[in-house]
Amino acid sequence: MTASLLYSLAGAMLCGIGLFGLLWLSHLLRKLLAFNIMGSGVFLVMVGLPQHQGGPDPVPQALVLTGIVVAIAATALAVVLIRRYYHLSGMTSLEGERASREGGPE
Amino acid sequence: MIRSLRALAIIGVCLAFTGVLASSIWTISGNPAPVDLAQLLSENLDRSGVEHPVTAVLLNFRSYDTLLEIGVLVIAGIAGISMAKTASLEDPQLCTSDSLLYALQRWFVPLMLVLAGYLLWAGADRPGGAFQAGAVLAATGVLMRLGGSPMAFLRPGLLLRLGLALGFTVFLLVAVASAIGGEAFLAYPPGMTKTLIVVIESVLTLSIAMVLLALFVSAPVNDAEDPEEGSSS
Amino acid sequence: MVEWLLDGLLVVALVVTAVAALCSRDLFRAVVVFIAFGVLMAVAWVRLHAPDIALAEAAIGAGLTGVLLLDAVSHLGSKRLRAQQQGDGRQ
Repeated sequence: MTASLLYSLAGAMLCGIGLFGLLWLSHLLRKLLAFNIMGSGVFLVMVGLPQHQGGPDPVPQALVLTGIVVAIAATALAVVLIRRYYHLSGMTSLEGERASREGGPE
Repeated sequence: MIRSLRALAIIGVCLAFTGVLASSIWTISGNPAPVDLAQLLSENLDRSGVEHPVTAVLLNFRSYDTLLEIGVLVIAGIAGISMAKTASLEDPQLCTSDSLLYALQRWFVPLMLVLAGYLLWAGADRPGGAFQAGAVLAATGVLMRLGGSPMAFLRPGLLLRLGLALGFTVFLLVAVASAIGGEAFLAYPPGMTKTLIVVIESVLTLSIAMVLLALFVSAPVNDAEDPEEGSSS
Repeated sequence: MVEWLLDGLLVVALVVTAVAALCSRDLFRAVVVFIAFGVLMAVAWVRLHAPDIALAEAAIGAGLTGVLLLDAVSHLGSKRLRAQQQGDGRQ
């Protein structure tokens, strides 16, 4: 058990938390937060696991760096889409899902 | 009743997912790695043209990933811009001209520009590089936008298109040129490696900052004159 | 021993902020907690000997994402308020 393994296990937990948020919450911005948390968990696993045995490993670090930039671009695009959707429909959650408690006044 | 059942089901699924993931991580961590990538990298580092291993991986050994990544960014930027109403890009009222923000901006913007330049330059031999510099540059742009700068180059036009496409185009040109020159796709010609990497990193920085800034600015704005659309729910 | 304590605390803080960001009633508060989560992630990258990712995460996770999401929150909130007021006015 090393520190890297601890972080990758924490990454697995963050993945689970993010998945729960993605499935359970209905407000789209909250879904986006959950999606980002899940992504952070994946990044932690990707960096932590290869470093468990050897020292710092630049290859997964470079891949995660690429992943973070793609993730922020995806988040920004999602925010644009959510705002457009809200502009057109006036709703903050997807159609077909129940009108939830988060849908009310914040 | 149905609601709590649903919650229980979702919690069960997520717990199972976490458990399987954690146990597979535990199993994998026990096995020795088949290839020692870090050692392989440090043996070949002097051939890459830069001293910092992460930059070497990003722009030399795995540059295909970086090429595809900037492609994804450009597509995201184009999608974001096409969602925007043109008015939201040109509306002067959008900028919050707060006096505190204005004062802050006068101190921060030059500092952040210098920081972005340093990060770009530092990428050759210590932590830093195109992505961090691009992010700082985009943050500078967001600060200027919030502080009330006109940012005329963000209007849909030649300059915006050029900025978006610059990084991807230059990268692709280098890749294709080396392929035509008889080497592998994306293999830099020997002797020019360092120069090419610096050039590609600079244009990547510009393009990343441009994409992120365009995505921030193009978020649609609901003006007061169209409330009827929203009150349908 | 101290390092283990630091790592353990950091991991606990990461998980707690993640849960808090998702469970918070107030959307604004959720976004602010999420920004704190981004900063903690940057510290975690430093602990994992990945200073490059830490730099990028600090600039992106703490800076850009925060501005984007806060902007969206204020935007989504203001219109709903207005729609509600209109609805009240009609009744």
